[in-house]
Amino acid sequence: MKIQLNQIAHARSGDKGAHSNVGLMFKSKQLYEWAKSHITTDLVKVHFQSIAKGAIVRYEMDNLLALNFILRDSLGGGGSESLINDAQGKTHGQALLLMEVDLPDNLVQFVNKK
Amino acid sequence: MKDIIRIGNGQGFWGDSIDAPVRLAKDGPLDYLTLDYLAEVTLSIMQRQKLKNPKAGFAHDFLDLIKRILPEISEKGLKVITNAGGVNPQSCRNELIQLAKSSDSDMKIGVIQGDDIFPTLAELRTKGVTFENMDTGDSFDSIADNVYSANVYINSITIAEALEKGAQIVLAGRVSDPGLALGPCIYEFGWNSDNYDLLAAGTLAGHITECGAQCTGGNYSRWQDVPDLAGVGYPIIEMQPNGEFCITKHDNSGGLVNRETIGEQVLYEMGDPNHYISPDVCVDFTSFKLNDLGHNKVAITNVAGLIPTDTYKVSISYFAGYKASGQLTISGPNAYEKAQLTAEIIWKRLKNSGVTYQDTSTEYLGLSSCHRDINPVPSQINEVVLRLGVKDANKDNVNRFGKEIAPVITSGPPGITGFSGGRPKAQEIVAYWPALIPKELVHTTVDVI
Repeated sequence: MKIQLNQIAHARSGDKGAHSNVGLMFKSKQLYEWAKSHITTDLVKVHFQSIAKGAIVRYEMDNLLALNFILRDSLGGGGSESLINDAQGKTHGQALLLMEVDLPDNLVQFVNKK
Repeated sequence: MKDIIRIGNGQGFWGDSIDAPVRLAKDGPLDYLTLDYLAEVTLSIMQRQKLKNPKAGFAHDFLDLIKRILPEISEKGLKVITNAGGVNPQSCRNELIQLAKSSDSDMKIGVIQGDDIFPTLAELRTKGVTFENMDTGDSFDSIADNVYSANVYINSITIAEALEKGAQIVLAGRVSDPGLALGPCIYEFGWNSDNYDLLAAGTLAGHITECGAQCTGGNYSRWQDVPDLAGVGYPIIEMQPNGEFCITKHDNSGGLVNRETIGEQVLYEMGDPNHYISPDVCVDFTSFKLNDLGHNKVAITNVAGLIPTDTYKVSISYFAGYKASGQLTISGPNAYEKAQLTAEIIWKRLKNSGVTYQDTSTEYLGLSSCHRDINPVPSQINEVVLRLGVKDANKDNVNRFGKEIAPVITSGPPGITGFSGGRPKAQEIVAYWPALIPKELVHTTVDVI
């Protein structure tokens, strides 16, 4: 089933100098294990191609059922040097939740209705 | 020793809610109130205020807050820990003493100093500290003549020491944000500086609460599920001597505390979760267990810490040129196309007048300023805000940009409005330069009067 990540995940983002980070957290272990193998740095790189100029780094947090992505060079310089509206990457979490993914049938039970 | 201490954070940044800390202090049990007033470049503003007026250079809002919670401090034993001292904690204390006198109360106030290394930068460089940019590796020489402020993120032992000496209010400058919460834990429970797991627990607790309501339902992905955000309760740590703790909020407050509101905030501004470096300890954020107890309470156990690094982080701010931004609202048929033309006209006129810039930005607020090309632009839009920005070392060139916004209202496509507040003027860019300094070169002092 095609869904938006917004229907199965939580996200929060912020700045790390000239880079932003996006934490992506899941409510169930099944969704998290699926995400570990499917939400790859390549996929995130393509999704953020108009935002992140640099590489994508991914960390896994099994204890929190979460992935942490670093979007390198994604803030137009970052901090007070940046001219862009979202100079701190506050909205990058919401941007990741816009990603469309193909969820296997056995995980459809975890999809949020609204 | 107490079985449990309650530490609430009522201020996530300078400019956060002025009522939240008062509600934390008055609406339920609380032992410590922590307040974070410093962003990365706030200290540069304070340093410049101090240059103009030797009595300035701290967060004035803090004095207004203390007036409102004086009874809780002097009669109920609430202790306040804050970085509101900025670059002038002594002056902040003098004001507080006056304030207490005028209310016939007597407070012991601790001041932590030693974080401000701005006056000794040259001396430290002769001792071999390079202050090279820890993110980019760039040489400090490139900014050496333009530095506004330099402050070390010092450790939390200093806060514990101030409490040990009887301080009811602890005024610091650049201590780490999580350290505001760790300090009272070290003091109350006698945690040793080499018990890394305990220090990590206090640091994680402080990390979760340091942004105020961001762990109690604010900025939350499932915002539809959060009751009464208008009356959102700010977070409270219930810490035990063994480092196990809960995050909760006052019973009568709005907002939400559950596994996901806490988990999201754990991830905030996270780099490598295996090595979260603080002045006191390295925290392994992949270690802990999180248990949602229901009723707005989440328990965290099994936090693992590692030996801290032998350097402190230094937050340096410096002058980096000028910038300005201006915006116009464009409406009606083909609003987006007209906005694109408007941008083209303004940039062309500036080019024709012979002005160039180090950097420019063209954004369409309401369409794509945050998420760029991730979503396609809808075919029908009612209006869009065009936002333009420039950056340059030449102040005149930046001000020249400000003069080219308004003319397009009468000399561009139709349906443009929203130009108010006068011409955008050049603003100084105060940029951030993170560096490292060996711990043995930083000398902190704690005094309580």
